[in-house]
Amino acid sequence: MLKAIGLRSVDDLFAPIPAEYRLNRDLKVPRQLAESEIVDFFRERSRENGEGYTSFLGAGAYAHYRPVIIDSLISRGEFLTAYTPYQAEISQGTLQSIFEFQSMICELTGMEVANASMYDGSTAAAEAVMMAVRLTGRRSVVVARSLHPEYREVLATYATHQGMPLTVTGFGDDGRLNLEELEMSITAETGCVLIQSPNFFGTIEDVASIAEITHNKGAMLVVSIAEAVSLGIVEPPREADVIAMEAQSLGVPLGFGGPYCGVIATREKFVRQMPGRLVGQTVDKQGRRGFVLTLATREQHIRREKATSNICTNQALVALMVNIFMTVYGKVGLRELAKQNLAKTAYAAGEFAKHGKILFGGAPRFNEFVVQTSEDSKAINRRLLEHRIVGGLPLKKFYPELGNAALWCSTELTTRSAIDGAVGLLHERPAQAAKERPAQEKEKKEEAAEVAR
Amino acid sequence: MKHLTRKASLQVNQNEGLIFEKSSPGKAAWKLPPLDVPEVDTVKLLGASERKDLGSMPEVSEIEIIRHFTRLSTWNYAIDLGMYPLGSCTMKYNPRVNEAVARVEGIANGHPYQPEIISQGALRILKMLSEQLIEITGMDAITLQPAAGAHGEMTGLLMVRAFHQSKGNARKKILIPDSAHGTNPATAAMVNYAVENLKSDPRGMVDLAALEAQMNEDVAALMLTNPNTLGVFEQDIHKIADILHAKGGLLYMDGANMNALVGKVRPGDFGVDVMHLNLHKTFSTPHGGGGPGSGPVAIKKILEPFVPTPVLVTNPDGTLAFDYNRPQSVGRVRAFYGNFGMFVRALAYIQANGPDGLRQTTEDAVLNANYIRKGLEGTYDLPYSTPTMHEVVFSDKLQAKKGVRTMDIAKRLIDYGFHPYTTAFPLIVPGALMIEPTESESVEEMDLFIEAMKSIAEEVEEDPQTVLDAPHSTRVSRLDETAAARKPVLRWKPVV
Repeated sequence: MLKAIGLRSVDDLFAPIPAEYRLNRDLKVPRQLAESEIVDFFRERSRENGEGYTSFLGAGAYAHYRPVIIDSLISRGEFLTAYTPYQAEISQGTLQSIFEFQSMICELTGMEVANASMYDGSTAAAEAVMMAVRLTGRRSVVVARSLHPEYREVLATYATHQGMPLTVTGFGDDGRLNLEELEMSITAETGCVLIQSPNFFGTIEDVASIAEITHNKGAMLVVSIAEAVSLGIVEPPREADVIAMEAQSLGVPLGFGGPYCGVIATREKFVRQMPGRLVGQTVDKQGRRGFVLTLATREQHIRREKATSNICTNQALVALMVNIFMTVYGKVGLRELAKQNLAKTAYAAGEFAKHGKILFGGAPRFNEFVVQTSEDSKAINRRLLEHRIVGGLPLKKFYPELGNAALWCSTELTTRSAIDGAVGLLHERPAQAAKERPAQEKEKKEEAAEVAR
Repeated sequence: MKHLTRKASLQVNQNEGLIFEKSSPGKAAWKLPPLDVPEVDTVKLLGASERKDLGSMPEVSEIEIIRHFTRLSTWNYAIDLGMYPLGSCTMKYNPRVNEAVARVEGIANGHPYQPEIISQGALRILKMLSEQLIEITGMDAITLQPAAGAHGEMTGLLMVRAFHQSKGNARKKILIPDSAHGTNPATAAMVNYAVENLKSDPRGMVDLAALEAQMNEDVAALMLTNPNTLGVFEQDIHKIADILHAKGGLLYMDGANMNALVGKVRPGDFGVDVMHLNLHKTFSTPHGGGGPGSGPVAIKKILEPFVPTPVLVTNPDGTLAFDYNRPQSVGRVRAFYGNFGMFVRALAYIQANGPDGLRQTTEDAVLNANYIRKGLEGTYDLPYSTPTMHEVVFSDKLQAKKGVRTMDIAKRLIDYGFHPYTTAFPLIVPGALMIEPTESESVEEMDLFIEAMKSIAEEVEEDPQTVLDAPHSTRVSRLDETAAARKPVLRWKPVV
């Protein structure tokens, strides 16, 4: 090949790079590994990563069963190793599946249009807020304190340089948004209100009332949904103007936090301000049905600095997992699945109530609940961990006002015996071993730093 | 058409409607275990919040689902079928061991909030990948949090802004060459910087005199792709960095084309202050039909205080942990820690290559692009004769005389069994054909590609209409994009 090009050595190809910058040594990375060594390496890491533990964690990342056909199908090279479907004639597989995804997300959320996906629920929420601000021309944003704390942090990052002031609005004793406080928080400058339902505590919000208050003041309502399985049995927030969802719980592995699948859904009249890729139906020269990427004039590769967002790559393969999951469970299965989550959680909350206080009992919840204890949540979790159980998420770091509280989650995969086992360990309180103290002190310092911020 | 049969031939493929059109009541592909806790009264638990109906969600059987998606899959072109020479997209082979290790139990199912003490495996993966990417780029620190290239750009510019702000002046604008990706200006806007375009010189490189003239204390950074989108290495890169640094500006490198540099030259050594990588380009994680990507951002020491939270740290006892207490951080750009599954794959890729393999990958990628350039030079117009790195940009100047444009040639390439190259980009080349073969292609596959391109050029001379009407062999012919945009149909609706 070198001869064909008329060169003597490979180094000639790199002649355009000034000699003083060329790397004249090996990169300091480990030597080449054989495939068997790579597999061994990751199996080893897997063993150091919670393999075989029973977990009660949710908080924006949910453990649901993933039907095996999801991985069989997404592993097909034609899906796995294709690019963004710009060349429609040889991308109809990806395009039709995205069209089906958009359609099912509409059915599930009660909205009229949905995009092809966003990075995740947190960035989808931030982008949905920016969209609402563009639509209303009013720049300030009211954010529920019961929105996932990390989603709030992401929104704060995005908002900083957009000139979008954020106001946080609190929750009441039932865990739902405090409606009086909400009403006072919305001003003539408020472009939108961002809430989550089921919210971070698993409590289902009174979306209709929130929407009424919000709309009466001329603002838009953006609803974030982090637990999409809830939509099998919980009425979708149809009164919202924009829905920003994390679809991870529909067939996407927990994967230590990613990749997940965000998606934005809204009303037809707002579609031209929606960020992200969109697939539309059309016809070819012979009148046959086909699908294309459409409304690209919103996007960065056409509009450059005037685009609705800089988003380019989305989460197509993860959206395909979600698509297959929704197809497997379908109209009846999604309801039955959600119902099992509801039943497990009702049972778990009942059992935990025997040894701790269940907060926010006054409102409906889906598959999460907050348990307040006299003992420190982290101390409880350390005890559970010895029995290979991962307890609920300690909330002190995010909500110090709730005292010793933790957010517990149970799904269809949580067995009754696991719940009984965890509850049994909850009230047991052995003397703290001396060796645990340094770790606790470090945690206390971290918490103090968090609270200070 | 004379070479058509060498690469591809026609084959029957299955028709398949939308999944909704196969649905009928009573069909199911799911089964739940018996409930081991008491049944609940949903009305009592949920009241008005209970959903009564799931509308038109489908009801189908498992074999129907398998056939549905398998049939759809056969309508796609993919790297697994052949060369996918999309310039600037780096469509290289996606090793299957990466997929296998990403599905190992503890790696696939680790919860992001599980205690750090039982997350050491995941944290070790984050640490190793971070260290190796820092070594590969020659930078000082890295954040893995951004979910894609454009997200990395945003993160990088947030850090640039925070850096300038810490010096008392956030500055006003970003310089962007006219050859840049569209994400660059869109990102600058998201971080509230004005965009100022920078002209290229006759070699297709940054015009130093123009840069000198446009550089002042209002400029926060220059966003530069290197090699640039013409596949040309910016030879004056250090002078560019010097001009920026002299006025307090920073050099941002879009790492989209890093596949031309790994193991041969390091951006950190030629003056770059901040850059993003695309793990789904250079580091072989699959594109998946448009994601998931991953866009780590590597930085020099001066930007380290501003990286997104949390930051991975090593405890005195050697265990790994996240540090959330970073007062100068730009904040979070994503929930949790980034697209972890992509980190696993990228690390496996680096392991499978080692230092020798990484170097050779780059050499092969550049060699392949030059082989294609040599093979097609003369047949297609080469607007810039500057040496080519990993991709080569031709123009349709010769074929345009017959009324055939780059998109037509691209569509005809489909009939020859190839995915088209990137069309009409970069914007500085009218009618661009941007070809990036990557290291994955054998000389046999590239010869077929060169033959196909030459055959199309002949067709343009002899029978341009065949090219203008292409593709001829696909399930659907060219689709009406104007109608799609004018009256958008973005979802299926039940027929009432």
